[in-house]
Amino acid sequence: MILLWLLVVVALGIPVLALLGDGRRGRWIFMTINFAVFLLSLLAAWEFLRHGPLTALADELRMDALSLILVLLNGVIGLTTAWFSASYWQQEVEHHHFSKGRQRLYHAMFQSFLATMFLALLSNNMGILWVALEGATLSTVLLVSLQRSGESLEAAWKYFILCGVGLAMALFGTILLYFAAQPVLGDGAKALLWSALHQHASQLNGTVLTLAFVFVFVGYGTKVGFAPLNTWLPDAHAAGPSTVSAVLSGLLLNVALYAILRFKSLTDAASGTDFAAHLLLAFGLLSLLLAAFSMLRQHDVKRLFAYSSVEHMGLIAIAFGLGGPLAIFAGVLHMMGHSLAKSSVFFSVGRAVQEADSRELKDLHGILKLRPTLGWSLLLSILAIVGMPPGSLFLSEFLIVVASIQRAWFTTPLLLLGLEIAFAAIFPRLLHMLLGEPRTPQVLVRAGGFSPIFLQLFAVLLLGVWIPAALAGWMHNVVGILQ
Amino acid sequence: MRPFLDLFSLLSILKFLAAWMLLLSFALLAQRRLLSLIHLLAWQGITLALSTAMVAVLTGDRLLWVSATLTLSLKGLLIPFLLHRLLRRLQVRGDVEMSLNVASVQLLGIVLVIFAFALAAPLAGSLPAATHGMLGIALAAFLLAFLMMITRRKAISEVVGFLAMDNALFFAATSATLGMPLIVELGIALDALIAFLILGVFFFHIRESFENLDLHWLEHLRENQ
Repeated sequence: MILLWLLVVVALGIPVLALLGDGRRGRWIFMTINFAVFLLSLLAAWEFLRHGPLTALADELRMDALSLILVLLNGVIGLTTAWFSASYWQQEVEHHHFSKGRQRLYHAMFQSFLATMFLALLSNNMGILWVALEGATLSTVLLVSLQRSGESLEAAWKYFILCGVGLAMALFGTILLYFAAQPVLGDGAKALLWSALHQHASQLNGTVLTLAFVFVFVGYGTKVGFAPLNTWLPDAHAAGPSTVSAVLSGLLLNVALYAILRFKSLTDAASGTDFAAHLLLAFGLLSLLLAAFSMLRQHDVKRLFAYSSVEHMGLIAIAFGLGGPLAIFAGVLHMMGHSLAKSSVFFSVGRAVQEADSRELKDLHGILKLRPTLGWSLLLSILAIVGMPPGSLFLSEFLIVVASIQRAWFTTPLLLLGLEIAFAAIFPRLLHMLLGEPRTPQVLVRAGGFSPIFLQLFAVLLLGVWIPAALAGWMHNVVGILQ
Repeated sequence: MRPFLDLFSLLSILKFLAAWMLLLSFALLAQRRLLSLIHLLAWQGITLALSTAMVAVLTGDRLLWVSATLTLSLKGLLIPFLLHRLLRRLQVRGDVEMSLNVASVQLLGIVLVIFAFALAAPLAGSLPAATHGMLGIALAAFLLAFLMMITRRKAISEVVGFLAMDNALFFAATSATLGMPLIVELGIALDALIAFLILGVFFFHIRESFENLDLHWLEHLRENQ
């Protein structure tokens, strides 16, 4: 029941915000709804602790440990984004003179994006998972093109066409899956339910599933941003408002990878080979290295961190490609750490960009002196994202490197090279942004919206030194689900 | 079984429709005029609806009739009609620029079809006997639509390619697997419609900002500009 309530509340927000989501009122409604959603996801976790995996609507909805972790992450980041958005969006409205209609569009599309994310995670039906991810693309296209400038329209068009084609491929893969399932599970909706498929996975036709996995991997991989399919990602991140960049990196990429992982566990069992794992490993390494080298050349701060998302997604793919309890544990931890840290990076960067009225790295200078709070939030969130101890990204990156030595030693040098280049690309720019004599600010920005950033950073720190027993238990469950 | 149509002739009709679908994909690939592209797309939608209806008769599944009606109204009539109106309102005229000439694109298309059949051949064993070859055709139509998308330069013809791709997927879902679960099909149809509406809105924004629908302006966002 709780699953259904969660979906109903998050979806009801869409029409409410479409009608009332402007001005001060809109910001408050947006925050209230996402606070309620956050509470409901906590309640779902509580139910999970008591009863184990939850189902609803005749198994159409299902939440196991893997979805639970991501649902909680969605709940937290949905809340912090709405919270941060309250002050950030007010500034954007004043700066760009967004009309009331545009403000309602922003809130309604944001809410519909969050709703599709929850639907993707809670649906047990692989077809509905696809529908939800397509819905997420459609909602974010309008968010990316919100400014209606040449740049944002171009980015949104590219995003729409590339991800549309990608998702079409993923749908083909899903159809092939249904195809393989029909002889085993019979016609009808049951043949696409992940739990039923997982139970009978070893009876499915391995060849069909391998082909299906290739399509799904290319399709959802476009959304994850695996190189060389990542060309939409930096443009879309740069052109949209910073809150949108934060949820694109923090939620969407994770959920697309989640879809691939669900398919992978079926493919592994059906084909009995390591094909899927090798694919993840190869594309993970390629993304890590290409993104790291691209970061060296960036001069736009949001593009820089968009490429950093590609790099981190590559790392997570490597972790799941390596397989084994240690690497999977590290992969899940990295997913959580990256989402929390990257959204705080985009929040802080968004503030800095508003003030300087430019995204060029050379225009961002001496922030620590001019705006100490903003400077500190930039410093801490960027240190977290490059994997400084004691943040949780340090722990997960360390574990991934250890797992790579254990299971595929030849990947270790490449992995370390990628991590070092990424560090070398970000760190000097961080110093440049923080230190030195400040420029006079272009736009007067009201300070505010820092509490969610510091809360998230605190969570990253906490996960690095102490993982709650319940969460650790769920992460071990995930190992069981994915193997 | 209905007395006037035995199983054999039903299957032959289905196979004929499949071949027709492939032919239409080639026609889309070769056509240069935007208006004719839209007509061909409508024909593809109608073929799709007919083949879904055939499968509905064949399997006796009532829900497939819903799907066939939906396909006919959405893909055969509504979307082509809206595209047509869009074309008139935006006053897009003239031929479609192609980045390759028609003959070489067609040759490339033939190679793709052979590739699709080679890819689908090992899977045939796991299919119901009635639908051997359908998967190959669906895959071929999918790849042809993809080829069309990457060889065109106008925004509208890219969208036509996108919709043709969607048609090929629906063909795979209905004719090759004899029907996906209805809830999934409804979701897919809804997404397609929303996607189309968003694109329509998009065209107007694009035109406001760039004054035409060529995709040359898509080449601003590059590294190190």
